[in-house]
Amino acid sequence: MSRGTTSHNIPTQEGVENKIIIENLSVAYSDGTESLRKVSLAIPDHAITVLFGPAGGGKSTLLRTINRLNDLADVVHLSGHIWLDGKDLLDPHIDVIALRRQIGMVFARPVVLPMTIHQNLTYGMELAGIRSRDHMEKAIERSLQAAALWDEVRDRLNEPAVALSGGQQQRLCLARVLALEPEVILLDEPTSGLDPISTGKVEASLQELKQHYTIILVPHSIQQAARTADYAAFILDGQLIEYTHGKKIFTNPQDQKTEDYVEGRFG
Amino acid sequence: MKSVKSMVSRSKRQNFIQRLGFAGMTLAAMVTVTPIILIVILIFWQGAPAISWEFLSGFPREGMRAGGILPAIVGTFWLTLGTGVIAVPLGIGAAIYLAEYSPDSPWTRIIRIAIINLAGIPSVVYGLFGLGLFVLFMRFGTSILAGSLTLAIMTLPVIISTTEEALRAVPNSFRVVSVSLGGTQWQTIRRIVLPQALPGILTGVILGLERAAGETAPILFTVAAFFLPQLPSSVFDGTMALPYHLFVISTQVPGMPLRIQYGTAVVLLTFVLGMNIIATILRSRARARRQW
Repeated sequence: MSRGTTSHNIPTQEGVENKIIIENLSVAYSDGTESLRKVSLAIPDHAITVLFGPAGGGKSTLLRTINRLNDLADVVHLSGHIWLDGKDLLDPHIDVIALRRQIGMVFARPVVLPMTIHQNLTYGMELAGIRSRDHMEKAIERSLQAAALWDEVRDRLNEPAVALSGGQQQRLCLARVLALEPEVILLDEPTSGLDPISTGKVEASLQELKQHYTIILVPHSIQQAARTADYAAFILDGQLIEYTHGKKIFTNPQDQKTEDYVEGRFG
Repeated sequence: MKSVKSMVSRSKRQNFIQRLGFAGMTLAAMVTVTPIILIVILIFWQGAPAISWEFLSGFPREGMRAGGILPAIVGTFWLTLGTGVIAVPLGIGAAIYLAEYSPDSPWTRIIRIAIINLAGIPSVVYGLFGLGLFVLFMRFGTSILAGSLTLAIMTLPVIISTTEEALRAVPNSFRVVSVSLGGTQWQTIRRIVLPQALPGILTGVILGLERAAGETAPILFTVAAFFLPQLPSSVFDGTMALPYHLFVISTQVPGMPLRIQYGTAVVLLTFVLGMNIIATILRSRARARRQW
């Protein structure tokens, strides 16, 4: 079974190509924390879609379900579908390894692997079976450029990655994902540990990257959500409350709960 | 005023207790370390004069009362090597299974409890077990093979638990990142987890082998020869070994020169301490290089 178009009951944005369609997704963990209940939404290609809401509401769960990282967690219930270009990601027979290359992820805390900057970038490519040095060197330069890190590290690629500052490490994590030429990039509060200048650099590169990728971002603040969102989904207690244009949801929210949250009355 | 006074006297009292505790713990440390240092000094003091080229490279003569201890040195070398060849791959494999693959189930809990208990079994029991299984039942005879297998079984719990600990010490975030970059679980273990855990694993392996090298009881019934003035030529040969030789010349041979007893102890101690020092160097080097 596959589907390319959305049915009428899935929240969809007008006039855009949808890259990912999430349909009736429910997730529950064994310890009862952060679950999702019947979440449906369509995520447009070449745009930044922001998932925001109070902590513990299920945003990270949604991200981790999309690239199947939740396979590593203690999930006791999983139902629904996530369609990527008409293919169901939750199909047990899908090639999860290839999927994770296609859908890259940047985590809240920058985790550089204990090796050099260069090796951090080639790691994923080597796992993918890429052997061509030439291809790798080009991918490294291209992805570091895209993550706005090239000028800072071009002369020190063989230094340990931990020698970089926190902001540089996070941009390296982004570059590491980009080197694999994914189609979708998931970012889970990627700037939560960064200073405002580094945050600005990451946000600026996201604006560039959305020309070529589908980006789903869990922001670390409402302000960041408002700055970056092309589309924004408000997620509360495992449910999708409101999903619309980024500008609209922050200036003129339709749902009372969204309004309360955006205006800082809770959360 | 009164309350200030009582606070001062309380802090004085606490200070006193603090110093008393510190002194007590220093004393405990001294009491533990001093005998070890004294023993090592005594053995080297008494045994060093016995060490000569002939002692290290010669065969025992005159009922072991003269000559060298080469067969025992060679025997202990082969036994330690054999133990390593058997126990290291098995132990590391088991530890990888326990730390990386096994779910937290009653089954794995039983395995873990069994391993802890194995570590507590007296070594003479391993010796009898080896005699029953390898020497008699499997008909390996008293041989290096039977001895190595017995020592390996005794060493396995040490290697498994230290390796498992070293694997678990590698931050989980590395595993998640590796998997998120398209790594399989095995690629993640081989390329990230094992290299990071390697110093800890090596330390465990060396400490385990060091214990095997120094044990007497497990080799007593399975390999060690009282007097066998020739070098082993295959794994099915018996051999002399340093710990057992030391036991023999200290208790079983009348008129044994003290010098040779201490000399043998020096060689065994050097062998074991040397491995210990290597383990320490590996560990501290890795710690200095570690990036997390």
